[in-house]
Amino acid sequence: MSEILSQATLSTVRTADPDHLAAGAPLVLAQKVEKHFGPLKVLKGIDLAIPKGEVLCIIGPSGSGKSTFLRCINQLERIDGGALWVSGERVGYHRAGNKLYELDDAAIARQRRSIGMVFQRFNLFPHLTALQNIVEGPVQVLGEPAAEATARALALLERVGLAEKRDAYPSQLSGGQQQRVAIARSLAMRPELLLFDEPTSALDPELVSEVLKVMRDLAETGMTMICVTHELGFARDVGHRVAFMDQGQIVELGAPHSVLIDPREARTRAFINAVRH
Amino acid sequence: MIAESENLVIVPRRHIGRIIGAAIVCLALAAIVRAFAVGQIEWNYVAEFLTVEAILKGLVNTIVMAILAMLLGIALGVVFAVMRLSANPVLSMTAVGYIWFFRAVPALLQLLLWFNLALVFPTIGIPGLFAFKTVDVMTPFVAALLGLGIQQGAFTAEVVRAGLLSVDNGQYEAAQTLGMTRLKLLRRIIMPQAMRVIVPPIGNEFIGMVKLTSLASVIQFAEILHSAQNIYYANSRVIELLIVAAIWYLVVVTVLSLVQGRIEAYYARGVAAPARR
Repeated sequence: MSEILSQATLSTVRTADPDHLAAGAPLVLAQKVEKHFGPLKVLKGIDLAIPKGEVLCIIGPSGSGKSTFLRCINQLERIDGGALWVSGERVGYHRAGNKLYELDDAAIARQRRSIGMVFQRFNLFPHLTALQNIVEGPVQVLGEPAAEATARALALLERVGLAEKRDAYPSQLSGGQQQRVAIARSLAMRPELLLFDEPTSALDPELVSEVLKVMRDLAETGMTMICVTHELGFARDVGHRVAFMDQGQIVELGAPHSVLIDPREARTRAFINAVRH
Repeated sequence: MIAESENLVIVPRRHIGRIIGAAIVCLALAAIVRAFAVGQIEWNYVAEFLTVEAILKGLVNTIVMAILAMLLGIALGVVFAVMRLSANPVLSMTAVGYIWFFRAVPALLQLLLWFNLALVFPTIGIPGLFAFKTVDVMTPFVAALLGLGIQQGAFTAEVVRAGLLSVDNGQYEAAQTLGMTRLKLLRRIIMPQAMRVIVPPIGNEFIGMVKLTSLASVIQFAEILHSAQNIYYANSRVIELLIVAAIWYLVVVTVLSLVQGRIEAYYARGVAAPARR
Protein backbone atom coordinates (compact mmCIF):
# COMPACT_ATOMS: atom_id res chain seq x y z
CA MET A 1 0.00 0.00 0.00
CA SER A 2 2.80 2.39 0.88
CA GLU A 3 4.30 1.71 -2.52
CA ILE A 4 1.19 2.83 -4.37
CA LEU A 5 1.02 5.87 -2.13
CA SER A 6 4.57 6.88 -2.89
CA GLN A 7 4.19 6.25 -6.63
CA ALA A 8 1.19 8.53 -6.63
CA THR A 9 3.10 11.14 -4.67
CA LEU A 10 6.02 10.98 -7.08
CA SER A 11 3.90 11.39 -10.21
CA THR A 12 2.16 14.42 -8.75
CA VAL A 13 5.38 16.24 -7.93
CA ARG A 14 7.46 15.41 -11.01
CA THR A 15 8.75 18.33 -13.05
CA ALA A 16 10.41 18.61 -16.45
CA ASP A 17 13.76 18.66 -14.64
CA PRO A 18 14.52 15.03 -13.72
CA ASP A 19 16.70 16.05 -10.77
CA HIS A 20 14.15 18.30 -9.05
CA LEU A 21 10.62 17.88 -7.74
CA ALA A 22 7.88 20.48 -7.71
CA ALA A 23 7.21 22.68 -4.71
CA GLY A 24 5.03 20.88 -2.20
CA ALA A 25 6.90 17.61 -2.60
CA PRO A 26 7.63 15.67 0.59
CA LEU A 27 10.90 16.64 2.28
CA VAL A 28 12.15 13.08 1.84
CA LEU A 29 10.89 10.87 -0.95
CA ALA A 30 12.22 7.36 -1.43
CA GLN A 31 11.16 5.30 -4.41
CA LYS A 32 12.16 1.63 -4.60
CA VAL A 33 15.46 2.34 -2.88
CA GLU A 34 17.84 -0.62 -3.03
CA LYS A 35 21.22 -1.20 -1.43
CA HIS A 36 23.45 -4.24 -1.81
CA PHE A 37 26.59 -5.20 0.03
CA GLY A 38 28.03 -7.70 -2.42
CA PRO A 39 25.43 -10.44 -2.85
CA LEU A 40 23.60 -9.32 0.30
CA LYS A 41 20.52 -7.21 -0.39
CA VAL A 42 20.22 -4.89 2.58
CA LEU A 43 17.44 -2.70 1.21
CA LYS A 44 14.90 -4.31 -1.10
CA GLY A 45 12.92 -1.43 -2.49
CA ILE A 46 12.03 1.13 0.16
CA ASP A 47 9.13 3.45 -0.66
CA LEU A 48 8.58 6.28 1.74
CA ALA A 49 7.34 9.86 1.71
CA ILE A 50 8.14 12.08 4.69
CA PRO A 51 6.46 15.50 4.79
CA LYS A 52 8.15 18.50 6.35
CA GLY A 53 7.78 18.62 10.11
CA GLU A 54 7.15 14.92 10.56
CA VAL A 55 8.86 12.81 13.20
CA LEU A 56 9.23 9.30 11.81
CA CYS A 57 10.55 6.55 14.05
CA ILE A 58 11.96 3.45 12.43
CA ILE A 59 12.06 0.31 14.53
CA GLY A 60 13.09 -3.22 13.67
CA PRO A 61 15.54 -5.99 14.49
CA SER A 62 19.26 -5.52 13.91
CA GLY A 63 20.24 -6.21 10.33
CA SER A 64 16.83 -5.11 9.07
CA GLY A 65 18.41 -2.28 7.06
CA LYS A 66 17.05 0.65 9.08
CA SER A 67 20.45 2.21 9.76
CA THR A 68 21.51 1.59 6.16
CA PHE A 69 18.42 3.42 4.89
CA LEU A 70 19.26 6.36 7.16
CA ARG A 71 22.83 6.38 5.89
CA CYS A 72 21.61 6.35 2.28
CA ILE A 73 19.66 9.57 2.89
CA ASN A 74 22.84 11.55 3.59
CA GLN A 75 25.00 9.47 1.26
CA LEU A 76 27.21 7.72 3.76
CA GLU A 77 26.05 4.82 1.60
CA ARG A 78 25.35 5.08 -2.13
CA ILE A 79 22.05 3.61 -3.30
CA ASP A 80 22.18 0.85 -5.93
CA GLY A 81 18.65 1.15 -7.23
CA GLY A 82 15.54 3.32 -7.08
CA ALA A 83 15.65 7.01 -6.33
CA LEU A 84 15.85 9.27 -3.35
CA TRP A 85 14.93 12.95 -3.13
CA VAL A 86 15.64 15.28 -0.22
CA SER A 87 14.25 18.83 -0.25
CA GLY A 88 13.04 18.18 -3.78
CA GLU A 89 16.52 17.39 -5.08
CA ARG A 90 17.72 14.02 -6.34
CA VAL A 91 20.27 12.57 -3.92
CA GLY A 92 23.72 11.49 -5.13
CA TYR A 93 23.10 11.50 -8.88
CA HIS A 94 22.39 13.74 -11.81
CA ARG A 95 20.06 12.27 -14.40
CA ALA A 96 20.55 12.88 -18.09
CA GLY A 97 18.38 10.79 -20.40
CA ASN A 98 18.41 7.24 -19.11
CA LYS A 99 21.69 7.59 -17.29
CA LEU A 100 22.45 8.56 -13.72
CA TYR A 101 25.79 10.30 -13.25
CA GLU A 102 27.44 10.11 -9.82
CA LEU A 103 27.81 13.56 -8.27
CA ASP A 104 31.26 14.87 -7.44
CA ASP A 105 32.68 15.45 -3.97
CA ALA A 106 31.64 19.11 -3.78
CA ALA A 107 28.05 18.45 -4.90
CA ILE A 108 27.63 15.61 -2.41
CA ALA A 109 29.05 17.82 0.35
CA ARG A 110 26.57 20.55 -0.58
CA GLN A 111 23.62 18.14 -0.44
CA ARG A 112 24.70 16.91 2.98
CA ARG A 113 24.75 20.39 4.49
CA SER A 114 20.99 20.53 4.98
CA ILE A 115 20.88 17.09 6.60
CA GLY A 116 22.08 16.67 10.17
CA MET A 117 23.02 13.30 11.58
CA VAL A 118 23.39 12.08 15.13
CA PHE A 119 25.35 8.86 15.54
CA GLN A 120 25.07 5.99 17.96
CA ARG A 121 28.69 6.53 19.02
CA PHE A 122 28.43 10.38 19.06
CA ASN A 123 31.53 10.89 16.88
CA LEU A 124 32.39 14.22 18.43
CA PHE A 125 35.77 15.55 17.31
CA PRO A 126 38.02 14.65 20.26
CA HIS A 127 40.63 17.32 19.57
CA LEU A 128 38.06 20.12 19.81
CA THR A 129 36.16 21.42 22.84
CA ALA A 130 32.36 21.20 23.00
CA LEU A 131 32.08 24.76 21.73
CA GLN A 132 34.64 24.23 18.95
CA ASN A 133 32.81 21.08 17.85
CA ILE A 134 29.67 23.13 17.28
CA VAL A 135 31.42 26.10 15.65
CA GLU A 136 33.45 23.96 13.24
CA GLY A 137 30.69 23.29 10.67
CA PRO A 138 29.19 26.79 10.41
CA VAL A 139 32.62 28.46 10.12
CA GLN A 140 34.38 25.92 7.91
CA VAL A 141 31.48 24.81 5.71
CA LEU A 142 28.96 27.65 5.73
CA GLY A 143 31.60 30.37 5.95
CA GLU A 144 29.89 32.04 8.87
CA PRO A 145 31.89 34.71 10.79
CA ALA A 146 33.47 33.17 13.90
CA ALA A 147 31.80 35.63 16.30
CA GLU A 148 28.32 34.90 14.95
CA ALA A 149 28.90 31.13 14.92
CA THR A 150 30.20 31.24 18.49
CA ALA A 151 27.17 33.18 19.69
CA ARG A 152 24.81 30.68 18.04
CA ALA A 153 26.85 27.76 19.41
CA LEU A 154 26.57 29.12 22.95
CA ALA A 155 22.82 29.46 22.52
CA LEU A 156 22.65 25.86 21.29
CA LEU A 157 24.71 24.63 24.25
CA GLU A 158 22.25 26.47 26.48
CA ARG A 159 19.38 24.78 24.70
CA VAL A 160 20.78 21.28 25.33
CA GLY A 161 21.59 22.28 28.93
CA LEU A 162 25.37 22.24 28.65
CA ALA A 163 26.33 25.91 28.69
CA GLU A 164 28.85 25.35 31.48
CA LYS A 165 30.62 22.62 29.48
CA ARG A 166 31.63 24.89 26.59
CA ASP A 167 35.37 24.39 27.14
CA ALA A 168 35.27 20.69 28.03
CA TYR A 169 36.77 18.16 25.64
CA PRO A 170 34.57 15.20 24.65
CA SER A 171 36.69 12.85 26.78
CA GLN A 172 35.68 14.90 29.83
CA LEU A 173 31.94 14.51 29.13
CA SER A 174 29.57 11.66 29.92
CA GLY A 175 27.97 9.76 27.06
CA GLY A 176 24.69 11.62 27.49
CA GLN A 177 26.46 14.98 27.50
CA GLN A 178 28.48 14.03 24.41
CA GLN A 179 25.31 13.07 22.57
CA ARG A 180 23.65 16.37 23.50
CA VAL A 181 26.70 18.25 22.17
CA ALA A 182 26.47 16.12 19.01
CA ILE A 183 22.83 17.15 18.59
CA ALA A 184 23.81 20.80 19.08
CA ARG A 185 26.58 20.34 16.51
CA SER A 186 24.15 19.11 13.87
CA LEU A 187 21.62 21.86 14.72
CA ALA A 188 24.33 24.49 14.19
CA MET A 189 24.21 23.70 10.47
CA ARG A 190 20.52 24.81 10.42
CA PRO A 191 19.43 21.49 8.92
CA GLU A 192 16.08 20.89 7.27
CA LEU A 193 16.21 17.27 8.32
CA LEU A 194 17.77 15.48 11.27
CA LEU A 195 18.70 11.81 11.18
CA PHE A 196 19.15 9.91 14.44
CA ASP A 197 20.93 6.55 14.21
CA GLU A 198 20.13 4.76 17.48
CA PRO A 199 21.16 7.85 19.48
CA THR A 200 20.65 6.24 22.89
CA SER A 201 21.90 2.71 22.23
CA ALA A 202 25.47 3.40 23.42
CA LEU A 203 24.37 5.16 26.60
CA ASP A 204 24.23 3.95 30.17
CA PRO A 205 20.55 3.46 31.07
CA GLU A 206 20.41 6.43 33.46
CA LEU A 207 21.67 8.79 30.70
CA VAL A 208 19.07 7.84 28.09
CA SER A 209 16.35 10.16 29.33
CA GLU A 210 18.43 13.36 29.10
CA VAL A 211 19.05 12.71 25.40
CA LEU A 212 15.43 11.75 24.73
CA LYS A 213 14.31 14.97 26.41
CA VAL A 214 16.41 17.05 24.01
CA MET A 215 14.94 15.09 21.10
CA ARG A 216 11.40 15.63 22.40
CA ASP A 217 12.00 19.38 22.68
CA LEU A 218 13.36 19.34 19.16
CA ALA A 219 10.32 17.51 17.81
CA GLU A 220 8.08 20.18 19.35
CA THR A 221 9.86 22.89 17.37
CA GLY A 222 8.63 21.26 14.18
CA MET A 223 11.96 19.80 13.08
CA THR A 224 11.68 16.99 10.56
CA MET A 225 13.27 13.96 12.19
CA ILE A 226 13.92 10.36 11.21
CA CYS A 227 14.84 8.35 14.29
CA VAL A 228 16.11 4.80 14.15
CA THR A 229 15.51 3.74 17.72
CA HIS A 230 14.85 0.92 20.12
CA GLU A 231 13.03 3.27 22.49
CA LEU A 232 9.45 2.20 21.81
CA GLY A 233 8.15 4.61 24.45
CA PHE A 234 9.79 7.52 22.62
CA ALA A 235 8.41 6.27 19.29
CA ARG A 236 4.90 6.08 20.78
CA ASP A 237 4.96 9.49 22.48
CA VAL A 238 6.93 11.60 20.03
CA GLY A 239 6.67 9.87 16.66
CA HIS A 240 3.99 11.04 14.23
CA ARG A 241 4.39 7.79 12.37
CA VAL A 242 6.29 4.59 13.09
CA ALA A 243 7.79 2.30 10.46
CA PHE A 244 8.67 -1.29 11.23
CA MET A 245 11.46 -2.65 9.04
CA ASP A 246 12.51 -6.26 8.61
CA GLN A 247 14.81 -7.89 6.08
CA GLY A 248 15.31 -4.77 4.01
CA GLN A 249 11.67 -3.84 3.70
CA ILE A 250 9.15 -1.62 5.42
CA VAL A 251 6.73 -4.19 6.79
CA GLU A 252 4.35 -1.83 8.48
CA LEU A 253 3.94 1.93 8.53
CA GLY A 254 1.36 3.97 10.38
CA ALA A 255 0.36 5.90 13.44
CA PRO A 256 2.34 4.94 16.56
CA HIS A 257 -0.64 3.41 18.29
CA SER A 258 -1.64 1.21 15.38
CA VAL A 259 1.92 -0.07 14.76
CA LEU A 260 3.12 -0.38 18.35
CA ILE A 261 -0.04 -1.41 20.18
CA ASP A 262 -2.22 -3.04 17.60
CA PRO A 263 0.10 -4.16 14.77
CA ARG A 264 -1.43 -5.72 11.66
CA GLU A 265 1.56 -7.87 10.73
CA ALA A 266 2.67 -10.94 12.67
CA ARG A 267 6.34 -9.99 12.27
CA THR A 268 5.74 -6.59 13.87
CA ARG A 269 3.86 -8.18 16.75
CA ALA A 270 6.65 -10.73 17.33
CA PHE A 271 9.30 -7.99 17.37
CA ILE A 272 7.39 -5.74 19.75
CA ASN A 273 6.72 -8.62 22.11
CA ALA A 274 10.39 -9.61 22.03
CA VAL A 275 11.53 -6.04 22.83
CA ARG A 276 8.94 -5.57 25.58
CA HIS A 277 9.87 -8.73 27.47
CA MET B 1 50.04 -18.26 68.93
CA ILE B 2 51.29 -14.70 68.36
CA ALA B 3 48.87 -11.83 68.63
CA GLU B 4 48.73 -9.65 65.48
CA SER B 5 47.21 -6.58 67.04
CA GLU B 6 50.39 -4.84 68.29
CA ASN B 7 52.19 -2.18 66.27
CA LEU B 8 54.70 -4.24 64.33
CA VAL B 9 57.72 -2.70 62.63
CA ILE B 10 58.13 -3.41 58.92
CA VAL B 11 61.75 -4.05 57.92
CA PRO B 12 62.34 -3.28 54.22
CA ARG B 13 63.90 -6.05 52.19
CA ARG B 14 67.54 -5.47 51.24
CA HIS B 15 68.17 -5.62 47.51
CA ILE B 16 71.74 -6.96 47.59
CA GLY B 17 71.84 -7.56 43.83
CA ARG B 18 70.89 -3.96 43.07
CA ILE B 19 73.53 -2.58 45.42
CA ILE B 20 76.26 -4.73 43.88
CA GLY B 21 75.10 -3.74 40.38
CA ALA B 22 75.15 -0.03 41.22
CA ALA B 23 78.66 -0.38 42.67
CA ILE B 24 79.95 -2.05 39.50
CA VAL B 25 78.39 0.66 37.32
CA CYS B 26 79.96 3.41 39.48
CA LEU B 27 83.38 1.81 39.15
CA ALA B 28 83.01 1.48 35.38
CA LEU B 29 81.92 5.12 35.01
CA ALA B 30 84.83 6.30 37.18
CA ALA B 31 87.23 4.29 35.02
CA ILE B 32 85.85 5.84 31.83
CA VAL B 33 86.06 9.38 33.22
CA ARG B 34 89.62 8.74 34.38
CA ALA B 35 90.59 7.27 31.02
CA PHE B 36 89.44 10.38 29.20
CA ALA B 37 91.02 12.67 31.78
CA VAL B 38 94.47 11.12 31.53
CA GLY B 39 94.12 10.16 27.84
CA GLN B 40 95.79 12.22 25.13
CA ILE B 41 93.04 14.76 24.73
CA GLU B 42 93.89 18.43 24.84
CA TRP B 43 90.64 19.69 26.37
CA ASN B 44 91.71 23.30 25.94
CA TYR B 45 91.60 22.68 22.16
CA VAL B 46 88.07 21.40 22.50
CA ALA B 47 87.08 24.60 24.30
CA GLU B 48 88.93 26.73 21.78
CA PHE B 49 87.43 25.17 18.67
CA LEU B 50 83.92 24.80 20.05
CA THR B 51 82.98 28.31 18.86
CA VAL B 52 85.31 29.05 15.95
CA GLU B 53 83.62 30.48 12.89
CA ALA B 54 84.05 27.42 10.65
CA ILE B 55 82.44 25.15 13.24
CA LEU B 56 79.53 27.52 13.86
CA LYS B 57 78.94 27.87 10.11
CA GLY B 58 78.96 24.09 9.88
CA LEU B 59 76.49 23.94 12.76
CA VAL B 60 74.14 26.34 10.97
CA ASN B 61 74.44 24.30 7.77
CA THR B 62 73.64 21.12 9.69
CA ILE B 63 70.55 22.65 11.28
CA VAL B 64 69.33 24.25 8.04
CA MET B 65 69.85 21.03 6.07
CA ALA B 66 68.12 18.92 8.73
CA ILE B 67 65.09 21.23 8.76
CA LEU B 68 64.80 21.56 4.97
CA ALA B 69 65.32 17.84 4.31
CA MET B 70 62.77 17.03 7.00
CA LEU B 71 60.23 19.47 5.54
CA LEU B 72 60.73 17.93 2.11
CA GLY B 73 60.40 14.48 3.69
CA ILE B 74 57.16 15.40 5.49
CA ALA B 75 55.65 16.98 2.37
CA LEU B 76 56.51 13.91 0.29
CA GLY B 77 55.40 11.64 3.12
CA VAL B 78 51.93 13.19 3.34
CA VAL B 79 51.46 13.08 -0.44
CA PHE B 80 52.57 9.45 -0.76
CA ALA B 81 50.62 8.35 2.32
CA VAL B 82 47.42 9.77 0.83
CA MET B 83 48.30 8.20 -2.55
CA ARG B 84 48.95 4.86 -0.87
CA LEU B 85 45.45 4.95 0.67
CA SER B 86 43.85 5.93 -2.67
CA ALA B 87 41.34 3.61 -4.29
CA ASN B 88 43.08 4.17 -7.63
CA PRO B 89 45.56 1.29 -8.14
CA VAL B 90 47.99 3.41 -10.19
CA LEU B 91 48.29 5.96 -7.40
CA SER B 92 48.56 3.44 -4.60
CA MET B 93 51.05 1.19 -6.42
CA THR B 94 53.21 4.19 -7.32
CA ALA B 95 53.34 5.08 -3.64
CA VAL B 96 54.22 1.49 -2.75
CA GLY B 97 57.04 1.55 -5.33
CA TYR B 98 58.42 4.85 -4.04
CA ILE B 99 58.42 3.62 -0.45
CA TRP B 100 59.99 0.32 -1.48
CA PHE B 101 62.84 1.89 -3.47
CA PHE B 102 63.83 4.77 -1.26
CA ARG B 103 63.60 2.80 1.96
CA ALA B 104 65.74 0.01 0.56
CA VAL B 105 68.66 1.98 -0.91
CA PRO B 106 71.10 3.28 1.77
CA ALA B 107 71.04 7.03 2.35
CA LEU B 108 74.78 7.38 1.71
CA LEU B 109 74.41 5.63 -1.65
CA GLN B 110 71.48 7.89 -2.57
CA LEU B 111 73.56 10.98 -1.75
CA LEU B 112 76.32 9.75 -4.03
CA LEU B 113 73.78 9.00 -6.79
CA TRP B 114 72.30 12.52 -6.66
CA PHE B 115 75.72 14.14 -6.47
CA ASN B 116 76.88 12.21 -9.53
CA LEU B 117 73.67 12.70 -11.49
CA ALA B 118 75.62 14.59 -14.16
CA LEU B 119 77.15 11.28 -15.23
CA VAL B 120 73.66 10.12 -16.27
CA PHE B 121 72.08 13.39 -17.38
CA PRO B 122 74.69 15.98 -18.46
CA THR B 123 71.92 18.60 -18.75
CA ILE B 124 68.53 18.88 -17.11
CA GLY B 125 65.54 20.98 -18.12
CA ILE B 126 62.61 20.94 -20.50
CA PRO B 127 63.84 20.49 -24.09
CA GLY B 128 63.28 23.62 -26.17
CA LEU B 129 62.39 25.73 -23.14
CA PHE B 130 65.42 25.75 -20.90
CA ALA B 131 68.34 23.55 -19.94
CA PHE B 132 70.99 23.67 -17.26
CA LYS B 133 74.26 21.86 -16.92
CA THR B 134 73.65 19.28 -14.21
CA VAL B 135 77.02 19.93 -12.53
CA ASP B 136 75.99 23.55 -11.97
CA VAL B 137 72.61 22.65 -10.51
CA MET B 138 73.60 19.63 -8.47
CA THR B 139 75.65 21.42 -5.82
CA PRO B 140 76.51 19.58 -2.60
CA PHE B 141 73.62 21.44 -0.96
CA VAL B 142 71.04 20.40 -3.58
CA ALA B 143 72.30 16.83 -3.74
CA ALA B 144 72.17 16.51 0.05
CA LEU B 145 68.71 18.04 0.24
CA LEU B 146 67.29 15.76 -2.45
CA GLY B 147 69.05 12.64 -1.20
CA LEU B 148 68.08 13.10 2.45
CA GLY B 149 64.61 14.57 1.83
CA ILE B 150 63.45 11.98 -0.65
CA GLN B 151 64.56 8.99 1.38
CA GLN B 152 63.01 10.60 4.46
CA GLY B 153 59.73 10.91 2.54
CA ALA B 154 59.60 7.15 2.14
CA PHE B 155 59.84 6.60 5.90
CA THR B 156 57.52 9.47 6.71
CA ALA B 157 54.88 8.17 4.30
CA GLU B 158 54.52 5.03 6.40
CA VAL B 159 54.32 7.06 9.61
CA VAL B 160 51.64 9.34 8.16
CA ARG B 161 49.69 6.36 6.81
CA ALA B 162 49.68 4.76 10.26
CA GLY B 163 48.44 8.08 11.67
CA LEU B 164 45.62 8.36 9.14
CA LEU B 165 44.54 4.77 9.79
CA SER B 166 44.50 5.40 13.53
CA VAL B 167 41.59 7.84 13.22
CA ASP B 168 38.18 6.23 13.74
CA ASN B 169 35.94 5.92 10.69
CA GLY B 170 33.18 7.69 12.63
CA GLN B 171 35.27 10.86 12.47
CA TYR B 172 35.22 10.77 8.65
CA GLU B 173 31.45 10.20 8.72
CA ALA B 174 30.77 13.00 11.21
CA ALA B 175 32.84 15.44 9.15
CA GLN B 176 31.17 14.33 5.90
CA THR B 177 27.78 14.78 7.53
CA LEU B 178 28.69 18.41 8.27
CA GLY B 179 29.17 18.84 4.52
CA MET B 180 32.96 18.95 4.47
CA THR B 181 34.73 18.13 1.23
CA ARG B 182 37.46 15.51 1.32
CA LEU B 183 40.36 17.97 1.46
CA LYS B 184 38.81 20.07 4.21
CA LEU B 185 37.91 16.97 6.18
CA LEU B 186 41.51 15.73 6.05
CA ARG B 187 42.93 19.11 6.99
CA ARG B 188 40.49 20.12 9.73
CA ILE B 189 39.42 16.84 11.33
CA ILE B 190 41.58 13.87 10.39
CA MET B 191 45.13 15.28 10.30
CA PRO B 192 44.93 17.02 13.69
CA GLN B 193 43.96 13.69 15.23
CA ALA B 194 46.47 11.69 13.21
CA MET B 195 49.18 14.08 14.41
CA ARG B 196 48.97 12.59 17.89
CA VAL B 197 50.15 9.29 16.42
CA ILE B 198 52.48 10.88 13.84
CA VAL B 199 54.44 13.35 15.98
CA PRO B 200 56.40 10.97 18.26
CA PRO B 201 57.94 8.92 15.42
CA ILE B 202 58.49 12.06 13.31
CA GLY B 203 60.34 13.66 16.21
CA ASN B 204 62.41 10.52 16.41
CA GLU B 205 63.11 10.69 12.67
CA PHE B 206 63.99 14.38 12.90
CA ILE B 207 66.67 13.51 15.45
CA GLY B 208 67.85 10.80 13.08
CA MET B 209 67.92 13.37 10.28
CA VAL B 210 70.18 15.73 12.26
CA LYS B 211 72.70 12.93 12.45
CA LEU B 212 72.12 11.74 8.87
CA THR B 213 73.25 15.15 7.61
CA SER B 214 76.77 14.09 8.64
CA LEU B 215 76.69 11.73 5.64
CA ALA B 216 76.62 14.81 3.41
CA SER B 217 80.24 15.49 4.45
CA VAL B 218 81.11 12.77 1.93
CA ILE B 219 79.80 14.90 -0.95
CA GLN B 220 81.61 18.03 0.32
CA PHE B 221 78.60 19.68 1.93
CA ALA B 222 80.00 21.98 4.63
CA GLU B 223 78.01 20.69 7.60
CA ILE B 224 79.56 20.47 11.04
CA LEU B 225 81.39 17.16 10.67
CA HIS B 226 82.85 18.31 7.34
CA SER B 227 84.06 21.53 8.99
CA ALA B 228 85.59 19.59 11.88
CA GLN B 229 87.37 17.30 9.44
CA ASN B 230 88.71 20.24 7.44
CA ILE B 231 90.19 21.70 10.59
CA TYR B 232 91.80 18.49 11.78
CA TYR B 233 93.27 17.81 8.34
CA ALA B 234 95.18 21.06 8.94
CA ASN B 235 96.05 20.83 12.65
CA SER B 236 95.83 17.08 13.33
CA ARG B 237 93.70 17.56 16.45
CA VAL B 238 91.43 14.71 15.30
CA ILE B 239 89.84 13.62 18.57
CA GLU B 240 89.45 17.13 19.93
CA LEU B 241 87.50 18.25 16.85
CA LEU B 242 85.39 15.13 16.76
CA ILE B 243 84.47 15.86 20.38
CA VAL B 244 83.55 19.42 19.37
CA ALA B 245 81.20 18.08 16.70
CA ALA B 246 79.76 15.51 19.12
CA ILE B 247 79.03 18.23 21.70
CA TRP B 248 77.09 20.25 19.13
CA TYR B 249 75.08 17.21 18.00
CA LEU B 250 74.21 16.57 21.66
CA VAL B 251 73.08 20.18 22.08
CA VAL B 252 70.90 20.18 18.95
CA VAL B 253 69.29 16.82 19.72
CA THR B 254 68.61 17.84 23.33
CA VAL B 255 66.85 21.02 22.19
CA LEU B 256 64.85 19.04 19.61
CA SER B 257 63.75 16.52 22.26
CA LEU B 258 62.40 19.36 24.40
CA VAL B 259 60.54 20.86 21.43
CA GLN B 260 59.14 17.43 20.56
CA GLY B 261 57.70 17.08 24.06
CA ARG B 262 55.89 20.42 23.69
CA ILE B 263 54.44 19.49 20.30
CA GLU B 264 53.26 16.11 21.59
CA ALA B 265 51.50 17.77 24.50
CA TYR B 266 49.74 20.13 22.07
CA TYR B 267 48.36 17.36 19.87
CA ALA B 268 47.40 15.22 22.85
CA ARG B 269 44.85 17.81 23.96
CA GLY B 270 41.39 16.42 24.32
CA VAL B 271 42.52 12.83 24.26
CA ALA B 272 44.89 12.73 27.22
CA ALA B 273 43.60 15.83 28.97
CA PRO B 274 42.27 14.20 32.15
CA ALA B 275 45.15 11.73 32.43
CA ARG B 276 47.87 14.37 32.26
CA ARG B 277 49.47 16.12 35.27
